[in-house]
Amino acid sequence: MVGAAAAPVPTPAAKIEVRQLRLAYGPKEVIHGIDFSVLPNEIFAIIGPAQSAKTSLLRCLNRTIDLTAGAKVQGQIFIDGEDIKKVRSVYELRRRIGIVAPLPVGLPLSIYDNVAFAPRAAGLRDRASLDELVERCLRQAALWDEVKDRLGSLGTKLSGGQQQRLTIARALSHQPDILCLDEFSIAIDPVTTMRIEDVLKELKKEMTIVLVTNLVQQARRLGSRTMFLWNGEVVELGPNDVVFSDQPQSRKTFEYVNGIFG
Amino acid sequence: MFTETALGKKKLRRERAAKVLFGMMAISIVIPLVLIVGYLVMKAWPLLSWEFLTTNPVGGMRRGGIWPAFLGTLYLVIISLLIAAPIGVLAAVYLNEYARESWFTRVINLAVVNLAGVPSIVHALFGVGAFVLFADMGRSILAASLTLAIMTLPVIIASTKEALASVPMSFREACWNVGATRWQTIRGIVLPNSISGILTGVILQVSRTAGETAPILFTGAVFSKRLQEGDLLAYGLWDQCMALSSHLFNLTTQVTNAPEPLPYATAVVLLGSVLLVNATAIATRLYLRSRKKW
Repeated sequence: MVGAAAAPVPTPAAKIEVRQLRLAYGPKEVIHGIDFSVLPNEIFAIIGPAQSAKTSLLRCLNRTIDLTAGAKVQGQIFIDGEDIKKVRSVYELRRRIGIVAPLPVGLPLSIYDNVAFAPRAAGLRDRASLDELVERCLRQAALWDEVKDRLGSLGTKLSGGQQQRLTIARALSHQPDILCLDEFSIAIDPVTTMRIEDVLKELKKEMTIVLVTNLVQQARRLGSRTMFLWNGEVVELGPNDVVFSDQPQSRKTFEYVNGIFG
Repeated sequence: MFTETALGKKKLRRERAAKVLFGMMAISIVIPLVLIVGYLVMKAWPLLSWEFLTTNPVGGMRRGGIWPAFLGTLYLVIISLLIAAPIGVLAAVYLNEYARESWFTRVINLAVVNLAGVPSIVHALFGVGAFVLFADMGRSILAASLTLAIMTLPVIIASTKEALASVPMSFREACWNVGATRWQTIRGIVLPNSISGILTGVILQVSRTAGETAPILFTGAVFSKRLQEGDLLAYGLWDQCMALSSHLFNLTTQVTNAPEPLPYATAVVLLGSVLLVNATAIATRLYLRSRKKW
């Protein structure tokens, strides 16, 4: 799976292509030169124990890592064949990628404004289009029915599971074509988790999904391919029927997937 | 069932002793305040009236009111805050929201902390050198206000930074993730949720500015000034002025045979104005905090 480094043109088919990515916080390197690519409209799962730089990897993708003092990124990331270091507007790049954080973050705004925040930041002012967009995103996140009568109340007053779906609605509000979920089910109950998983299967038709998860079974259920990250290195990357089989390429993968370590 | 062991009883006794001790300390800090205010008001009582506040002093400061001093303090406080608050708040926003950790920001932060610790008499001397003499403003309301502004600036920066830092980082990250710029994040989320703390910090500086004597004594305060009574615009920027704090100082050290209640009444006006402003600050904070959204 380690691609030939420094080939000048990225694979045309790949939605995201990462080449020899290295990330260091100050003197401490946390990602040690990894390569992988994500295909369009797949659910690409990333598993691995804590401290394996999964979250940092997502922050490299939308370049919010730039906002962390002392972080140094090397290597290349292409999205639709375009080097993200050379994009004209980093804000435009971030709008193309929806990020859902592990703990739900309801912004201290109304439910409506939580979802309308990103489109407004992008310059959308028209009330009717905003209304339409807010409703669509809340429906996609399976939250509309529960909040449609109180869109003006505070997003922070929602329950944990509702806030997480609100976070998903917000991540969809800037109409991304890539959706990254970072351990989205860590703070919510199994029923809500299953509902969101159904949502993801639906969303897969429209966008590419990167699913970072601690739950090995979730990766197995949802992903088409899975990457096992460990200490900032790719241990294994392959189709799910190999990664989760009795004979994955690496012994470590087998042990992790079956709960022998990690 | 549920009987206390010997060790448990000992713990319980300590718990009670601690509670009583801390409670007494808390109550004891109220006592001086009550005594001071009570003593001042009692001494000042014969002179306290609306007329005292709104008339010029007469007879070499020994009779009449304190109107020019009251208005002077009002001018100094308002002008110095008009200078210090915008600069301080904007600088703090830069330091907390934009600046990266570097030697440069470390120097600025160090300067802020040290500036806050400079005694007011030193600020006074700086004001004389920089504004009165070098900038050739002479002893004036403007020079005195600038001196006071320099003095309050670091404290406003520090309190504003504190207020901004209390907004959780996760809110900012959520905004950045959806493609908002730093300014959109600050406008939309950070400022609305820290404004109560920022305002409190700024308003608390009013009491400090109103009470400072040394910086204005050298840069713009005068012993005596006659004004049109009731005219709120009686002072110009380049005029010298009287102020409550310096007036109090003069009454107690320069004026012989002043009637006894006079300095006390001046002190009551100064203290009353400051307490009024502080009460406003608390009310504002309570109001804004009731709208806080997490």
